[in-house]
Amino acid sequence: MTAQTVPSQAGAGGARRSRPSLWRERSILPGFGLSMGVTLAYLGLIVVLPLTALALRPWELGLGGVLRTLAEPRVAAALGLSFSLSAYAALLNAPLGTLIAWVLVRYEFPGRRLLDALVDLPFALPTAVAGIALTAIYAPNGPLGAIFAKVGLKTAYSPLGIFIALVFIGLPFVVRALEPVMQDLDREVEEAAQTLGASDLQRVAHVILPTLAPALISGVTMAFARAVGEYGSVVFIAGNMPLKTEIAPLLIVIKLEQFNYAAAAAIGLAMVVISFGALILINTVQLLIARRGRR
Amino acid sequence: MSDLLFTRRGLVTAASAAAAGAATLPLLGGAAQAAADPLTLLNVSYDPTRELYKEINAAYAAYWKGKTGQSITINQSHGGSGKQARSVIDGLQADVVTLALAADIDEIAARARLLPANWQSRLPDNSTPYTSTIIFLVRKGNPWKIRDWPDLIKPGVGVVTPNPKTSGGARWSYLAAYAYGLKKGGEPAARDYITKLFKNVPVLDTGARGSTTTFAQRHIGDVLLSWENEAFLTIDEFGPNFEIVYPSSSILAEPPVALVDKNVDRHKTRTLAEGYLNFLYSPIAQDIVGKHHFRPRNAQAAAKYAASLKQIPLVTIDNTFGGWKKAQATHFADGGVFDQIYKPS
Repeated sequence: MTAQTVPSQAGAGGARRSRPSLWRERSILPGFGLSMGVTLAYLGLIVVLPLTALALRPWELGLGGVLRTLAEPRVAAALGLSFSLSAYAALLNAPLGTLIAWVLVRYEFPGRRLLDALVDLPFALPTAVAGIALTAIYAPNGPLGAIFAKVGLKTAYSPLGIFIALVFIGLPFVVRALEPVMQDLDREVEEAAQTLGASDLQRVAHVILPTLAPALISGVTMAFARAVGEYGSVVFIAGNMPLKTEIAPLLIVIKLEQFNYAAAAAIGLAMVVISFGALILINTVQLLIARRGRR
Repeated sequence: MSDLLFTRRGLVTAASAAAAGAATLPLLGGAAQAAADPLTLLNVSYDPTRELYKEINAAYAAYWKGKTGQSITINQSHGGSGKQARSVIDGLQADVVTLALAADIDEIAARARLLPANWQSRLPDNSTPYTSTIIFLVRKGNPWKIRDWPDLIKPGVGVVTPNPKTSGGARWSYLAAYAYGLKKGGEPAARDYITKLFKNVPVLDTGARGSTTTFAQRHIGDVLLSWENEAFLTIDEFGPNFEIVYPSSSILAEPPVALVDKNVDRHKTRTLAEGYLNFLYSPIAQDIVGKHHFRPRNAQAAAKYAASLKQIPLVTIDNTFGGWKKAQATHFADGGVFDQIYKPS
């Protein structure tokens, strides 16, 4: 990728590499101006414009009003619930998604393609359909819900139900992020490690996982981000009790139902800001890992 | 580089995902202008009237054809009453609105100024051609012996009702329960009663249909606070698994209808739309109303369906709660009585 010889000490600004220009990717292909223009226009229209409108809306409440909205116990509880459950769901999908991707990439077995296609289903299914289906299964009278109920576990209409829905919608992100990287994994490196006497565990820990880490983090991040904004499937299974199982996107809808656009936008903006902060943190970690891998 | 690309995509995905909930804000103002076809009407209504208006629309189309020779198309849009009102405010080209409660049409008048503030006095009977009420639906055999409002706050009874913040029907249910409390011991008793009642609610769906599903198909709870017509529909569908219980008193739910003046003038559909709303009061439509378990205003139709729709004392929103504006502000606005039920303990 970049120069290998720079003796960088990780962290303390040692990684400044000489860049020929701030703007231009060094390339002999023409078209930078045009493609950059299209990129900026498109991103501006599709992403920046709506987000700007969202960012402008809450302030008719004044700064105090926005802070008061966010400090309401229900809003705080909903934000906490949405972000924590999304994180847990993404974290559960990390090992299981890795395993599934591994099986799909590394092994050949009848029905592999079918299984591979199944992974995409949570992407393709309308979220409301997913929510209704999950609720039917996990409700106390549903096939799985009944089993959980016997051991005293409430699934649907509890935070656990929300968690299940978020795991469901997040899985494809992890699997799909990992698959291409796994396909490109150089088997020779593994074999070399083996001939050098590395145990199976050592190969996984020191050869395979470090290579997968950036993709894994990407996948988990996307699963997390998607889960934070998920509405359709969750409202069916959540029970929607204030302070207990009310997710932040539902609270936004509730504020809108009361024609309280500004408060709805305030919660939305808070979600964007928290998501953005979390993602920057994750990106930094990822960058550090990638840099370490390169040394 | 490839991993960087991935994360950048991650950022964008995340931001848009978080914004998705708020994306329904009217960010870009008005919606697409409907084609100015004078022979099309759009009736924007609430959830449980789907079947009712399907039949009424067919009847009106036949009536209009007989009167003028023109064929017409009436389109229906259904959803939670508040959401529907918001869609009209944000630009949905409704010619007429037929919503669950007057407060939602008030919002259209106040925020988008699409119709005058005095809209409710323009048609007979408070602009409500049919009424309904809130009753109980219980499981077969009524195992909890639920007969009246006090039974709902017994420990262990599960009460299913949607969230009054998002559902028009739930607001009527809430007010019916509150009115019972008021009758029993004034304001303090009512607050105490409504708090205990909602402590028994295990699931708050966003709409009336959602609650019916939760109660009937997911087997959650022991009693459903339901629109009268919705309760009969559930019996029609699931038969003997459920029983209807009429409490000793309830509320007169008046789902009003109104012409959206600015929209009909733009579409040049005023005559057709006014005719449609007046038609709702005609004997033909009133009979259809009764058939769908709503309460007709027309005495003849009311008498015909009186056997199934039990007469119980019904309080009105105007007499007991001082009208929708006041009820909305006191009970359902942010920090109102309903919010106070869910104070963190």
